[in-house]
Amino acid sequence: MNLRKRRGALVAAGIAAAMVLSACGGSDDNGGEGGGGKSGGTFSAYISEPKSPLVPGNTTESEGAKVIAALWTGLVGYSEDGEVEYSGVADSIESEDNQNWTIKLKDGWTFHDGTPVDAESFVNAWNYTANPQNAQDGGSYLSRIAGYDELEAGTATELSGLKVEDDQTFTVELKAPFALFPAVVGYDAFNPLPKAFFDDPEGFGTKPIGNGPFQADGEFVPGQGIKVKRFEDYAGEDKAKADGIDFVVYADQATAYTDAQDGNVDIVDVIPPDVIESAKDEFGDGFINTEVSQITYLGFPTYDARFQDPRVRQAISMAIDRDAISKAIFSGTRTAADSFVSPAVDGYREGSCAYCELDVDKANALLDEAGFDRSKPVELWFNAGAGHDAWLEAVGNQLRQNLDVDFQLKGDLDFSQYLPLGENKGFTGPFRYGWSFDYPAAESYLTPLFTPQSFPPTGSNYSFYSNEKVVDLIAEGDKAESEDEAIKAYQQAEDLIAEDMPMAPLFFTQIQTVATDHVSNVRIDLFQRPVWSEVTVND
Amino acid sequence: MGRYVARRLLLTIPVLLGASFLIFAMVYALPGDPIRALAGDRPVSPAVVKVLTERFHLSDPLWVQYWEYLKALLSGDLGTDFRGRPVLDTIERTLPVTVKLTIVAVVFEAIIGIVAGVLAGIRRNSFFDNLVLVSTTVIVSIPILVLAFLAQLVLGLKLGWFPIAGTRDGLYSYVLPGLVLASGSLAYVARLTRTSIAENMRADYVRTARAKGLPNRTVIVRHTLRNSLIPVVTFIGADIGALLGGAIVTETVFNLPGIGREVFDAVRAQEGAVVVGIVTLMVFFFIFFNLVVDVLYAVLDPRIRYD
Repeated sequence: MNLRKRRGALVAAGIAAAMVLSACGGSDDNGGEGGGGKSGGTFSAYISEPKSPLVPGNTTESEGAKVIAALWTGLVGYSEDGEVEYSGVADSIESEDNQNWTIKLKDGWTFHDGTPVDAESFVNAWNYTANPQNAQDGGSYLSRIAGYDELEAGTATELSGLKVEDDQTFTVELKAPFALFPAVVGYDAFNPLPKAFFDDPEGFGTKPIGNGPFQADGEFVPGQGIKVKRFEDYAGEDKAKADGIDFVVYADQATAYTDAQDGNVDIVDVIPPDVIESAKDEFGDGFINTEVSQITYLGFPTYDARFQDPRVRQAISMAIDRDAISKAIFSGTRTAADSFVSPAVDGYREGSCAYCELDVDKANALLDEAGFDRSKPVELWFNAGAGHDAWLEAVGNQLRQNLDVDFQLKGDLDFSQYLPLGENKGFTGPFRYGWSFDYPAAESYLTPLFTPQSFPPTGSNYSFYSNEKVVDLIAEGDKAESEDEAIKAYQQAEDLIAEDMPMAPLFFTQIQTVATDHVSNVRIDLFQRPVWSEVTVND
Repeated sequence: MGRYVARRLLLTIPVLLGASFLIFAMVYALPGDPIRALAGDRPVSPAVVKVLTERFHLSDPLWVQYWEYLKALLSGDLGTDFRGRPVLDTIERTLPVTVKLTIVAVVFEAIIGIVAGVLAGIRRNSFFDNLVLVSTTVIVSIPILVLAFLAQLVLGLKLGWFPIAGTRDGLYSYVLPGLVLASGSLAYVARLTRTSIAENMRADYVRTARAKGLPNRTVIVRHTLRNSLIPVVTFIGADIGALLGGAIVTETVFNLPGIGREVFDAVRAQEGAVVVGIVTLMVFFFIFFNLVVDVLYAVLDPRIRYD
C-alpha cells in the first residue's frame, strides 16, 4: 500500500529533523535536559474551540478530539496502516460467532485520579453514551450493540448486550454478527469513564479525567484552552515523551499559523490552504503532509427522475477532470479519488471506481443513451460558508464544457439547513458530501453511505441509494470468518456500487501540518490527530 | 440632575425588555435547526434530537419561549447554552477582555485623535493639517480586516514589536489590537476636533479672550477646546457603547476571547439564550454611555442644565 511508504518517509523526515536540530542547537527555549529530541519539556498546540465538553462519548468533531486523544487511551490502537494493535487497555477481544464478544482488560491501568480502569468503567460509559436522554453526540457509534434500539425507543435504560463478567472482563452481544468489531472499539466513543464522571457529568467536561498518556493540569477555559501534563502512572507502552502540552484555542486558523511563524505555538495540525506553498519553504522539515481518511463525494439524488438512470450518474462522474480541479483549486492538497474507500484502509484497490476516470466521449455517449435532457441546467448543491464555491463552480464548468449541460450553483444554505433539506429528499441535483471513517475499515464507508439502513436522519445515505445485493454482500462481509474474506465481500459490494454510482468519489483529502523547530517527531494518525505521546521537545 | 438621571435609568427598563424580545424573535426566526448545526457532519439519532429540543424548549411557540426566559431572568438566571454552561459565566469570562480592549482603544482614540485634531485646527492649511487630512482619509478607507492583518504581519511578526495574538503578555497584548480597533474612530475624532476647533477659533468669545490679553495657551485650552469638545465627547461616548459590544474582526484576528467573538459564534450556532443575554447587555451599555455623554454636556457647557 502506497500509504505505508509515505508514512515511513514521514517518520524518517522527523528523525532527520531531530538530528539536524540537535546539531545546530535548536530554538532558544529551555525545557529538556540537554541533547536534542530527549524527553521532557513542554510544547503548545493549536485547537479551535471544541463544540462539546471534553467527554469522549460526546466529542465527534476534530478539535475536542485532539485533546481527548492526549487524555484517553482506548481499548485498542491502530498501526500506521490501520491494523488493530492491542496497545490499549484490551488484552484480547475474542468471539466464536462474531456476535458475542468477550473483552479482557490488561491489569494495572488506572485513571488519572487513581481509580482502576475496570470492566465497569467501560460498561457504564457505553450505557451512558448510548442513552438518548444524555444526548451524547457519539451515541450512534454504539448502535451495533444489542439493546440499542430499545434504549432509543425509551423502553430500556441500559444496553442489554453488555455484561460485566468480573473486574477485568465484560461481554458484548451485538445485534448481528460483525467481524470487524475489534476495529471499531478503538474510537473515542468507546473510551472508559471513571466514577468521578457519573458524580458530576456537567463539571467533568471542563476538568476531564481519563486514562491516557497525559492528564489535565487545570481546567479547560473556553476561548483559551487547557494545559495537560504527563501522567506518570500511565500503564501503556506509549508513555508521553514531553512533560506537557498547552492546547491554545484560536478563533482563526490564519492567526494560529502566523503565531507558529513567530514560534509562539508549536504545532498547527491543519494550516489554511493559501499558505501551503510558502509554508513548505518556511518550515522545511516541520512541514508535514498527511493523507487522511476523508473523501469528498458528489452525491446524486437517486429519488429524482432526472438522475434515476445509473448511466447519467456514470456520465457525470466521467466528465469531471478531478486532477485539473485538484491542481487549480486545491493547489494539489487533494488527490483525484479512484475508489469509494480511502487508501488508508485495508481493502482499497487502485482504480476500483472505473467511472472515476475522465472520458468525455464515453460520457456523452452514455448521456445520449439515457436520453438525458441537456437543455435544462444541472443544479449543484453545497453548504454555504465552507469554501466549497470554487471547486463546485469548476465542476459545473467542466460539465458545461464536456457535456454541453449548463449548471446552476445552489450554495446558499447553511449546514443546519443543508442536511435537513437532504433528509427530506430536497436536493434537485448533484450535492457535495464529505465522509471520514469512524474506524479504519472499508465497511466504515460502505454501510453509512450506501445502505438503506443508513437513510437519513439516522444515517448519511443522502442519495437514498438502495441495492439489495449490496446490502447482502456487506452483511456477508460482516459475518465473515476471517478479515480477508470480509474484505473480499466488501470489495464485491464496492464493485456493484461503482456500477450504480449513487455518489461519485471526487477527492481524497490531504492535510498539511506545520511544527516549529521547538518540537520533533510530529506524526498525524489515521484520525487526523497528532500522536501527542511521540512528540519530543528540543532545547 | 439626580432626578434626571433616575428618570433616564428608569426608562431603560422598557427599552431593554423590548430589545430582548426583538432579539429573541430574531433568533427564533433564524432558519435551520440548531440541534442539527450542533452535531455537524454526523447524523444525530431522532431520540437525541427530541431530548434536546424539549430541554431547550425549541418546539414551543415564541411567546412561551420568551415567557420562560423572562421568568428565569427575574430570578437572576440568564439561562444556559447548548453545552450546559451558564450564560452568566460566559459573560463574566469574556467581558473583561472586551473591557480592556475598549479602554485601550478609547485611550488611543481620545489622546491621539484630540491632539492631532487640535494641532491641525489651530494651524489650518499648514503641513501638519494636510498630513492629518490625508492620513485620516487613508485610514478610514482601509477595511479594518486588512488593517488588522497588516499590523499583525508587519508590527507583530516582521518587526516583533508587539505580540501577534492572544492575551499572554497581559495588558501589552491589547496595545496592537487596541490601536487597530481605534484607528477608524481615531480618524473621525481628529477630523471632528479639527473642524470644531477651527470654527470656534473665530468665535466672538475667543476674540474677546484674546483682546483681554490672555496668553495663547489659556485661550486655546480653557476657552476654545472646552467648547469644541462637545461633539467629540458625543462621538466618543457613543463609540464606547459600540466598542463594548465587542469587535468581532479584531477579536478574531488577534485571538482575544472577548464578547464579540462569543456573540458571533452564538448567532451562528443559534444559541438563543447566549445571543439574547449578551446583546441585551450591549443595549444597556449603549444606553448607559449615552446618558453619561448627556451628563457630561452639562459639565463642559455651563449653559446646559437638566432640571
